Amino acid sequence: MRQSVQDIYENGTEFVRTFGAFQLFFLRLLRYSPGILVGRFDLVVKQVYNSGALSLVIVMVCGLFVGAVLALQAYSNMSMFNAEDWTGVAAAFALVKELGPVMTAILFAGRAGTALTSEIGLMKATDQLSAMEMMAVNPVRRVLVPRFLGGVIAMPLLAAIFSGVGLFGAHLVGVELFQVDVGSFWQQIQLTLQADDIREGIIKSCVFGVAASLIAVWEGYNTVPTAEGVGRATTRTVVITAIAILIFDFMITAALL
Amino acid sequence: MGDYSDNLIEVRDLKFSRGARQIFDGLNLTIRRGEVAAIMGPSGTGKTTLLRLITRQLIPEQGAIYVEGVDIATLSQAELYLMRRRFGMLFQNGALLTDLNVFENVAFPLREHTKLSTRLISHIVLTKLHAVGLRGAADMMPAELSGGMARRVALARAMVTDPDILIYDEPFVGLDPISLGVIVRLVRRMNHALGITSIVVTHDVEEVATVADRSFLLSAGKVAASGSPDELRTANSELVRQFMHGMADGPVAFHYDAPDYEEQLLGRENE
Repeated sequence: MRQSVQDIYENGTEFVRTFGAFQLFFLRLLRYSPGILVGRFDLVVKQVYNSGALSLVIVMVCGLFVGAVLALQAYSNMSMFNAEDWTGVAAAFALVKELGPVMTAILFAGRAGTALTSEIGLMKATDQLSAMEMMAVNPVRRVLVPRFLGGVIAMPLLAAIFSGVGLFGAHLVGVELFQVDVGSFWQQIQLTLQADDIREGIIKSCVFGVAASLIAVWEGYNTVPTAEGVGRATTRTVVITAIAILIFDFMITAALL
Repeated sequence: MGDYSDNLIEVRDLKFSRGARQIFDGLNLTIRRGEVAAIMGPSGTGKTTLLRLITRQLIPEQGAIYVEGVDIATLSQAELYLMRRRFGMLFQNGALLTDLNVFENVAFPLREHTKLSTRLISHIVLTKLHAVGLRGAADMMPAELSGGMARRVALARAMVTDPDILIYDEPFVGLDPISLGVIVRLVRRMNHALGITSIVVTHDVEEVATVADRSFLLSAGKVAASGSPDELRTANSELVRQFMHGMADGPVAFHYDAPDYEEQLLGRENE
């Protein structure tokens, strides 16, 4: 009993300590961000390419099929009420408000987040970060901040592309496969989907972008510098990001209702 | 050889431990301006840790380290970075930045710290690469280099800003005889021609004799002996003799602390 109380106490203090360090780390990244955005935007562009452009294929393929499957589900339910014209609306709402940001963030964690964590972890394990320190170059500023900002910028763009391609997938199923009238399909979307709905999607994708990039660079920077350590850190990036995204999704949705 | 009149780096009563293991226990050491100082010792005596302490990648628990009379523990980050710009360090594995090619790796410190023109940077980088014999490898990526080549590129990078102090962490390990000869000559030449102070961490007794002015032999958290390579070679201390002549028996035990062998084999160590 006494042992378990002590374990809970130790784990609790360890959690608080780690969470505090995580917040300080976030503040450090924010502190250097304006300087990098102004002075070394070339580094950020490179990371937008690495995190964003290289994730495009996976995001577009997934977006297409998620949109298509939403249209299938929507059509089969709407047709029971002779409301097939609303197929596009159902798919658009689900994509823009929920699945676009959430799915993109989880795909981003799997594709770009793991790449960031393992790259930074290996740089640490092979003394590249120490070498930078010795060359009087701050590795947080030079390596972590551009990667963090690259992810933050790429995420909303990817989510928008996911939703756009998803709508195209819904169009293929609704209009091309089930012969829903193309004018009604798009007009219903235009009339029903409001700016507030799109704003909700943008807010979510921005928050998820910060969370996913922050977790990825944090895990990389705090990797135990061994092969096993890098492997564990990469796994943790995906798991923690997925959980954090779903919790944030609930909180933002509740706040914006 | 440079001016020996003043002390460049002074380590005073240094104490440092990792977990329960005491690495340094009151270590004292002075490195003079312009000399090539070798730090030697059996594996696990903390040679690399000492380098990291001298460059403040680690902080001592007790004691102080002075570079040109300034206690480096008191420096702000900006002052520390200013001080580090006078250092060049060659890491054991080279530590080249894997996303940049050889040319960009060597150019990295110049691009980060200076506003030199592209043409001038190219000129300096090619000069340094030429000095290590790898001008032809400028476009290669680090993954395409052999261990020896990576070490030479790292050396070119370490000296590209013309530092006052060059630190080599195990520069001779795993090199073929040709690369080894090149590195040894470079260490010597830079010290002679440019008056650079060099600190070399190594196990290699033979190579130390050819490059070092003075050697420090670390053992049990302290400097066990110091002097010119010849003085160490002829020293009376058993520890120094064991290390310099590579003898298995002596004060440094071959076996790490372990329970009694016979007892352990018979499964009785816990009885």
